[in-house]
Amino acid sequence: MTAALLAVVRRDLLLALRQRGDVVNVLLFFIVVVTMVPLGVSPEPNVLRMIGPGMVWVAALLASIVSLARLFAQDYADGSLEQMMLSGQPASVVVIGKILAHWLVTGAAITFAAVPICVMFDLGLEPSGTLIAALALGTPALSLIGAIGAALTLGLRGGGVLVTLLVLPLTVPVLIYGAAAVDATAAGLSPAADLLLLGGLSLGSAALAPWAITTALRISLE
Amino acid sequence: MLQAIDLECVRGERCLFQGLGIDLAPGQCLHIAGDNGAGKTSLLRILAGLLSPTHGTVRWDGHDITRTREEYGSDLAFVGHLNGVKDDLTVRENLQFEAAVRGGAAGVDAALAALASLGLEDFAEVPARQLSQGQKRRVALARLCAAPRARLWILDEPFNALDTRAIDALYFLIEEQLAGGGIVVLTAHQQVNLPAAALRLELLSGTFA
Repeated sequence: MTAALLAVVRRDLLLALRQRGDVVNVLLFFIVVVTMVPLGVSPEPNVLRMIGPGMVWVAALLASIVSLARLFAQDYADGSLEQMMLSGQPASVVVIGKILAHWLVTGAAITFAAVPICVMFDLGLEPSGTLIAALALGTPALSLIGAIGAALTLGLRGGGVLVTLLVLPLTVPVLIYGAAAVDATAAGLSPAADLLLLGGLSLGSAALAPWAITTALRISLE
Repeated sequence: MLQAIDLECVRGERCLFQGLGIDLAPGQCLHIAGDNGAGKTSLLRILAGLLSPTHGTVRWDGHDITRTREEYGSDLAFVGHLNGVKDDLTVRENLQFEAAVRGGAAGVDAALAALASLGLEDFAEVPARQLSQGQKRRVALARLCAAPRARLWILDEPFNALDTRAIDALYFLIEEQLAGGGIVVLTAHQQVNLPAAALRLELLSGTFA
C-alpha cells in the first residue's frame, strides 16, 4: 500500500515536472496578487505590516484554488482516474497520494515563496517565522478541502467558479487562525494556540477529506 | 466466478436492459455485441463496478463487488473507451506506474513483452503524446499484462484503431489469458474470430436476446 502511495506521488510529481508551466503559473499568481497590495492600498510600511499576513493568506488561498483545476481533471479526461480507482488499491490511498503531490508543488512552494514576501512587507523576524510556520501547517488543509470541491465538480461545465464558491467558505477557519497567529506574534504574545489549531485543522481534514473525495469521485465517474 | 444477477440499467429515460444474467467460469470468454447505444459500454462499466446498476448485483467469487472493491480491483484489468495513458509520460513510465500500483515489479517485464508482441518495442522511451491513436490503444492493451494477477479482463472495443498485426497479437493475448484460467469479457461491433467456445450476448435496443 505504501509502495502504491509512493508510486502515485512520484507519478504526479513527474507530471508536474513535465508540465512545469502550470506549476510556475500558480506561484507567479501568488506573487503577483501579493505584489498588487502595496500598489492598490498604500506603500506605507505600518499599513503593510498590519495587512501583510492577511493578504499573504488570501493570496495563498486563491492560488491553491486556481491550481485545483489540475488535480483530477486531466486524469478524469484521459481515463487514468478510472484506471486508478480499479487498480485494487484503496481509492483513498490514490487520493492521498495525489493530494500530497499537489501540496508539494503548491502549498509547500507557496510557503517558500512567502519568505521574500515577508521581507517585502517588512514583517520583522519573529512574525515572519510565525507566518511561514502557519503556512506550512495550514496549506495542507487548503489542498485537502479544495480537493473535495475539485472532486465534486469533476466533469461539470463551469466547474472552476463552482469550486471557488464551494471551497472558499470552508477554508475560513484556516484564514482566521493563520492571520491571527502572526498578529499574536507581532503583539508579543505566543502564537502556539493558533498554530496548534491550524495543525489540527490539517489533521482533521486529512482524516475526513479522503473519504468525502473518494465518494465524490465515484459519483463523478458514473 | 463472474456472476451478474438480474441486472437492469436505465440511462436517462431509456431502459437499456433488464433481467440480464451472466455466469462465467474460468477460461470462458464473453463477447457482447449490439448496435450503437444498445448499452454495451454501460454493461461493461457495471461489470467493472464503475457504474451502479439500477437493479441487480455483480458477484466475483460469490462476493458482491461493491463490498470487496479492493480485492475485485486486483483481480480485474479494464480497458475502457479512454486509454488511461498519460501523454506526458513515456510508454515505459506509463507501464511502470501501472505495475507499481498493481504491486508487482514483474509486471513491467510482462508488459514490455506484451508491448513488443503488439509491435511497439521501439517506442518504450517515447512520450505517449507522440503516439498515434492506434499506438496509444496498444499501450493500453499492454497494460493488461502489467497486472499478472488479473484473472478477469474487461475490454471495451479493444480492436478499435488497431492494425492487423496488433489484432492478431491481441487474439493471442486473449487466448493466453483464457488458457491460464482467466475470464475475458469484451465488446466489439465488427466481426471477430474469437475461440469457438466464446459465448456471445447480443444486446438489442431495450431488451436482450
